Amino acid sequence: MQSTLTARTDQPVKSGRKFTLRQDLTGYIFLLPWLIGFVVFTLGPILASLYLSFTNYDLMTMPEWVGIFNYNRLLTRDARFAQSMSVTFTFVVTSVPLQLIVALGIALVLNRGIRGLPWYRALFYLPSLLGGSVAIAILWRQVFGNDGLLNQILLIFGIEGQSWIGSPDTALSTLIVLRVWQFGSPMVIFLAGLKQVPQSLYEAANIDGANSVQQFFKITLPLITPIFFFNLVLQMISAFQAFTPAYIISDGTGAPADSTLFYSLYIYIQGFRYFRMGYAAAMAWIMLIVIVFFTILNFGLSRFWVFYGDED
Amino acid sequence: MLSNVRVRHTLTHLFIISLGLLMLYPVVWMIVSSLKPNNMIFSDPGLIPKEVTIENYISGWQGYAGTTFGTFFANSLLMCVIAIIGNVISCSMAAYAFARLKFSGRTFFFTIMMVTLMLPGHVTLVPRYIMFNTFGWVGSYLPILVPKFLATDAFFVFLLVQFMRSLPKEIEDAAIVDGCSKIGVYWRIIIPLAVPALVTTALFTFLWTWDDFFNHLLYLTRPDTYTVSRALRTFVGDAGAVSNWGGALAMATLSILPAFVLFFSLQKYFVQGISTTGLKG
Repeated sequence: MQSTLTARTDQPVKSGRKFTLRQDLTGYIFLLPWLIGFVVFTLGPILASLYLSFTNYDLMTMPEWVGIFNYNRLLTRDARFAQSMSVTFTFVVTSVPLQLIVALGIALVLNRGIRGLPWYRALFYLPSLLGGSVAIAILWRQVFGNDGLLNQILLIFGIEGQSWIGSPDTALSTLIVLRVWQFGSPMVIFLAGLKQVPQSLYEAANIDGANSVQQFFKITLPLITPIFFFNLVLQMISAFQAFTPAYIISDGTGAPADSTLFYSLYIYIQGFRYFRMGYAAAMAWIMLIVIVFFTILNFGLSRFWVFYGDED
Repeated sequence: MLSNVRVRHTLTHLFIISLGLLMLYPVVWMIVSSLKPNNMIFSDPGLIPKEVTIENYISGWQGYAGTTFGTFFANSLLMCVIAIIGNVISCSMAAYAFARLKFSGRTFFFTIMMVTLMLPGHVTLVPRYIMFNTFGWVGSYLPILVPKFLATDAFFVFLLVQFMRSLPKEIEDAAIVDGCSKIGVYWRIIIPLAVPALVTTALFTFLWTWDDFFNHLLYLTRPDTYTVSRALRTFVGDAGAVSNWGGALAMATLSILPAFVLFFSLQKYFVQGISTTGLKG
């Protein structure tokens, strides 16, 4: 597991060692599709979007250079931009920790050697399998709608519900619930990690009289921090980019009262509804900077809490 | 002592099963409700329908703008099959180069590939759209499918690199001694041995292409080219009202069916894929 978590670049190439032309040629023949794809669909577009972010462009006329106007307007005068930032931050900082804690909790329960593990694992993974689809987003609209499933059940207990999706106070929460509901994929990763913790450590701890709470905090938790970190980085990056559920639940507008105006949804609105390509490109670059910042922050902070056993 | 353990085990099972049922309740309810008459959907939270009908499937199947869900399913399937072919070929080629071949710049390009793993897709979105628009590709499947043949899904390259590195080297060495070329090694040895990882790649390519909504929303403009996920959105009216809830739930149920079937028949490939790379399903 350890080796899969860190990007290992195999044996480092010895300095001064030259490969033959033949070796280079074979290597690049196999790499060619990826290389073309990288240049045409990744590197080129990243640079192009940096350029476009300093222009006004509507697909019809030539891009017009406007300097930092787009950034200036975004950061100082666009209230919906500030709102989309705040919605996305709220979404990320609540849904990701909740999702990971639930994932770890269930993984710990499943890891106690109970029978039928493959079945339970499948059961809890199913929402992750389906969660990003339009089908589930439509279902969510129904469940949390005014006369939806949740309110029907509440009515049985005599509670008068409300339209959870229609109210600005609760609409975002329904999307957070949807995200936490998909805890299955980090859970599977936790399970794989928990299997790597050597049993001998627990046996030794038992002999020393450590109870299960102590064992959890002194053995399990430190040893799975790399996996926790891995899940955290992945889930944060993916939560920042969430789109489909917000689009379906709000009909692509971020309604009600912009309470589900995810950042990616706002990029879509600016770029493909108003055709303000330069403005959307500037937003994308701000998103890139924010994600890079958080990823570096994550890696920086990880020195204080992630424990790599092979490090002495 | 023994009974104590047994009680605790039973409690654990009970806890897990009830939590699992709670989680899956909405999905099961959706499947059951798709078989209820339209007016019962909003009055019956139970799982046992008082009246079973297939009228929702008939009305939902009508589809949108004169195109039935038969076409939408065929479109989705076609798109998935081509995407799988593209990803399997291009990602396995790149992975072979990274995992097994020695050439100058390998470490550099591998690092770049790993960085693109974490790159948010939105940064390339606008220029890609402009490019495809210039090519006249908007409205066709090309913007979605061409990148698959150029190994742009770095997740699969990474997955396959990890897998190929774990393969024993002896067979390859023997083949090379016998005069087999690197291309021969790739085709005759690596590809057959990497089948489990290729199945995982194919599986996730299928699911992600099937469930993708953003690209389909962006690039598919004519209703007769719509995929299932794009077509499902048409049940939600522009004002936000869903006029045919029964039809929407029926087609939503049909749309998740392939994922269910694949998942339960190929479970081990899922677990392998998720736990080696952290793929998000």
